[in-house]
Amino acid sequence: MTAMVKAEGVHKSFGPVQVLKGIDLEVAPREVFCLIGPSGSGKSTFLRCINHLEKINSGRLYVDGDLVGYRQKGDKLYELKDREVAEKRRDIGMVFQRFNLFPHMTALENVIEAPVQVKRETKAVARERALRLLDRVGLGDKAGNYPSQLSGGQQQRVAIARALAMEPKLMLFDEPTSALDPELVGEVLDVMRGLAEEGMTMIVVTHEMGFAREVGDSVVFMDDGVVVESGQPREVLTNPRHERTKSFLSKVL
Amino acid sequence: MTTKIEKAGPVGTPPPAPENIKAIPVRHYGRWVAAVITIALLALLISAFARGDVNWGAIPDYFFDGEVLKGVRNTVWITILSMVLGVALGIVLAVMRLSKNPVTASIAWGYIWFFRGTPVYVQLLVWFNLGLVFDYINIMPIYKDEWSDFMTPFLAALLGLGLNEAAYMAEICRAGIQSVDEGQSEAAQALGMSHAKTLRRVVLPQAMRVIVPPTGNEFINMLKTTSLVIAVQYWDLLQATSEVGQNSGATAEMLFLAAAWYLILTSVLSVGQYYLERYYARGSSRSLPATPLQRVRANLLSFSNRSGGVGA
Repeated sequence: MTAMVKAEGVHKSFGPVQVLKGIDLEVAPREVFCLIGPSGSGKSTFLRCINHLEKINSGRLYVDGDLVGYRQKGDKLYELKDREVAEKRRDIGMVFQRFNLFPHMTALENVIEAPVQVKRETKAVARERALRLLDRVGLGDKAGNYPSQLSGGQQQRVAIARALAMEPKLMLFDEPTSALDPELVGEVLDVMRGLAEEGMTMIVVTHEMGFAREVGDSVVFMDDGVVVESGQPREVLTNPRHERTKSFLSKVL
Repeated sequence: MTTKIEKAGPVGTPPPAPENIKAIPVRHYGRWVAAVITIALLALLISAFARGDVNWGAIPDYFFDGEVLKGVRNTVWITILSMVLGVALGIVLAVMRLSKNPVTASIAWGYIWFFRGTPVYVQLLVWFNLGLVFDYINIMPIYKDEWSDFMTPFLAALLGLGLNEAAYMAEICRAGIQSVDEGQSEAAQALGMSHAKTLRRVVLPQAMRVIVPPTGNEFINMLKTTSLVIAVQYWDLLQATSEVGQNSGATAEMLFLAAAWYLILTSVLSVGQYYLERYYARGSSRSLPATPLQRVRANLLSFSNRSGGVGA
């Protein structure tokens, strides 16, 4: 079985600052893959490389067997056109720390926007699925609300529904609960847990160790642009082998 | 006392609100003095005009004069067309300036530099007098004519005002586009939307909230700036009233008349701007502010409720 995501020696720098210093990892289909680590360790940057929001400087990154951002012919790499990159992104859902809902559209309009505009679905079809998805994230009665009329937790759940509306094969979560009030974190994690149970492949950058332990299939601890430790959540979170992992966990747990 | 009141009310009703504070308000004597002085100055001004040799009757007589109305129509027309040209070209220039292509970006910069840096009056005169350097206009396969037939007062006014406006609109649009959070285009792109679609569906609608208010100001400014097209002999409101004034001998009165017409037109535009801003504010605040009409209706409703309550 091909890996859903495969990274081989991925490097990324912003100007002189090296953010990723050779990441190798593999995410299997239906796996819930949690990335943890201190801020500035490169986890979010790595996540953004997966759907080509950031260009990597060296190494190879594959999603579902296809190279991200390039086409290989012989031993030459060709950059993909913007249109081709956009096409690849349809299959990868992304949920942001700051929700990034479209504020001038209602919850329902947010969810049907991409299916109608990108996949050219009819409004009726997109609308039906959107209402089902909003129902599923517990917001069936908020379809007509604008994002400013929703709480942070509700906005993030709409954002998840918006990503799911494209029926992606992979979901990326970039610290989805970090901008939320503590009592709203649970409702978003519940939705993510449900998604994991249905077998969605998920890569989750998170500071929620409880979620990583309960839901995660594997956990990777990153620090300073490298993978320090990886394995099953039980091992990494309760019985870390590296000093850096230990000191990080002692601070967040 | 309190027990008595509680007994009087039905069980479960909350206790009555405490009595409002009754206090002697602070007296603002300064406000009275200021009001008296300003009213006195206003009265002086009015009496001066009343005693002046103004033939007030001439204003209503000529208000709907055929020539004046034609001037009004032309003023409105050239305002709208210049703004359409300005906005369309302005958006193009803004996108050019923000593009990654260094050539288009610098050309847009140069355009804005030139047209913002020279007075619009000079630009109008230049367009009008280009006939002194060009005898013919020759757009090879499409059009060929003598310059004087081609560059009519209307075209000179439109080009002079519209191209100048485009430079200002470009900066307004650029500011609007840049005001939209970068997370918005990232979210759109993560959903698989193209650059063009992201701009059209996500960025521009949000930029409009920033673009519309200054554009409304530009519109009102443009209406007044059109009075400069007298330089290219276009028959606008000011040209019409001046002409009528010279023929009827009521020069000053006709200028008052022109001012009145300009005021009416700008007032109408302000109302339009209010509703446009309200439309683009949707989603940015929890509830839209009431329109003046809705406010009047709500007041009437609460008024009738109140009187009904008293009657019951």
